[in-house]
Amino acid sequence: MVIFNYVFIGVLFLGAIAFALGPLILMFIVAPRKRSSTKGDTYECGLLTTGETWVRFRIQYYVYALLFVVFDIESIYLYPWAVSYAGLGLFALIEMIVFLIMLVIGLVYAWAKGVLRWV
Amino acid sequence: MNFAASWAVPLVWAQYFAPTEISFLLAVKWFLWLAVAFFGLYPLIVAYMVWAERKVAARFQDRIGPNRVGPLGLLQPIADLIKLITKEDIVPRTADGLVHLLAPILLIISAFMVLAVVPLGLGYLDSDTRQWRGIVPVDPPAGLVYLLAVSSISTLGVFLAGWSSRNKYSLLGAMRAVAQLISYEIPQVLATIPIVLWTGSLSLVVMMNKQLEYGWFLFSPPGLLAFAILTIASIAEVNRTPFDLPEAESEIIAGYHTEYSGMRFGLFFLAEYMSVFGVSCLGTVLFLGGGTLPFTTFPFLTILTETSFSYILCNVLSVSLFAIKVLGYIFLMFWIRVTLPRMRVDRLMNFSWKVLIPLSIVNILIAAIWYEFVLRPPVHSYWNIPLLLFSLPIDANVVEGWLVTLVLVLLSVWGMLRIFRGTTSVPQVMPAPRVALRPTAAR
Repeated sequence: MVIFNYVFIGVLFLGAIAFALGPLILMFIVAPRKRSSTKGDTYECGLLTTGETWVRFRIQYYVYALLFVVFDIESIYLYPWAVSYAGLGLFALIEMIVFLIMLVIGLVYAWAKGVLRWV
Repeated sequence: MNFAASWAVPLVWAQYFAPTEISFLLAVKWFLWLAVAFFGLYPLIVAYMVWAERKVAARFQDRIGPNRVGPLGLLQPIADLIKLITKEDIVPRTADGLVHLLAPILLIISAFMVLAVVPLGLGYLDSDTRQWRGIVPVDPPAGLVYLLAVSSISTLGVFLAGWSSRNKYSLLGAMRAVAQLISYEIPQVLATIPIVLWTGSLSLVVMMNKQLEYGWFLFSPPGLLAFAILTIASIAEVNRTPFDLPEAESEIIAGYHTEYSGMRFGLFFLAEYMSVFGVSCLGTVLFLGGGTLPFTTFPFLTILTETSFSYILCNVLSVSLFAIKVLGYIFLMFWIRVTLPRMRVDRLMNFSWKVLIPLSIVNILIAAIWYEFVLRPPVHSYWNIPLLLFSLPIDANVVEGWLVTLVLVLLSVWGMLRIFRGTTSVPQVMPAPRVALRPTAAR
């Protein structure tokens, strides 16, 4: 039964956590621990950090993230088409060309709108 | 009971997960995989990759590299590990402790789980289907999607690391990392679609088998292009030079892992090299035929005489071929790293969105046409293609479909022309470029 393939992946997930935690636990046991207030400071080349760190960022990152969502979902739609392409024939090819053209229009639009300019 | 409601019933799911069909042998097999490969071999490979990279980079830069700990510096990884474990673990006072701890663990999980579906060799021959089963822990039918999904968890780990450190450099590194990783994930995914199209499957083992039949996918124009795109995107995905902006040490100290020390930093290091190994395995299986020889099925089917010795011979051969290819791929990544300088951030983003993504979309179409002309069984030889247009069975749905398609094509072409000619006034979010469609990198 197909579903049992994924049991190993669950086991592997736990194994990966153990693999990451093992050295960390070893470190907690072995490593020296001498706290001081200077050590706990945020590293900024020797200066004291000023102002809030978690500031708002420029919008450009967000626009790229939106584009990413569009294209990532597109690629998920392409997989079923690609898997069953051999059985679908020419009509599927043309439909997919239309789908891709519409996406390319989206990209061209974003490009023309200047979204893809970083600075 | 309707389908939507059935998702809520635990019993429905329980019957899928009830471990009645996990035999003792299967459990032993899985245990061996976990103990030998995931806890033994892969960390060892990763540790010696670090050593090999230092040696290779040293040779490129006319140095000697590590040579003090053990012969040829071979014990260097062990010395590094001891040093990392015995260093003090410093977490900044203002950091978010839990997330700070969780981030490297997430990265390790991502790097580890990628390797669960990679076939390392041919395995044994299924006598019914004449297909090799692959040396692989699990072979889920959606293996490739699983692999890509799991490998993209690393984006989250990187971002959490930078965010939770509460350090300005870390935050800058994390934002850059997310922008870069999501931009290069799309070409990476799109570059695998030609292979899925040709093999008709998402299982990596099937892909390996098909390359015994068709030859390596690298040796076709769309395959070569897809391989190049996948390699570039993979290098960007694992944050290596020339795409190591998230950890550009001359600008932002160490990027998202500035505030990590000791073994926590070690986990980042380990995860990065394990991902390098993972993407090398992916590229090898998809385009370089996994554990097969090019152009020929030669040794595998001819030396196979159904005895256990011949199986062992086949597998030793195929695993060594796989290892040689992966090593070559990793060496290529080292080579690129020591050769090219770091990219500028705007060029980095432009390269993905304005070069790689359009190229890979075009490449999918080329791959489909290549399939029609070259790979498809000769029933549909290529002069049949124009005939297919007219020989469709006349059916109401088909006519409707063609009509909708026609309208969509016309609309698309119209929209494209309007944008290209500039007859639509596209409001600019950024200051208007002089010529809208010229890449800014040309300035």
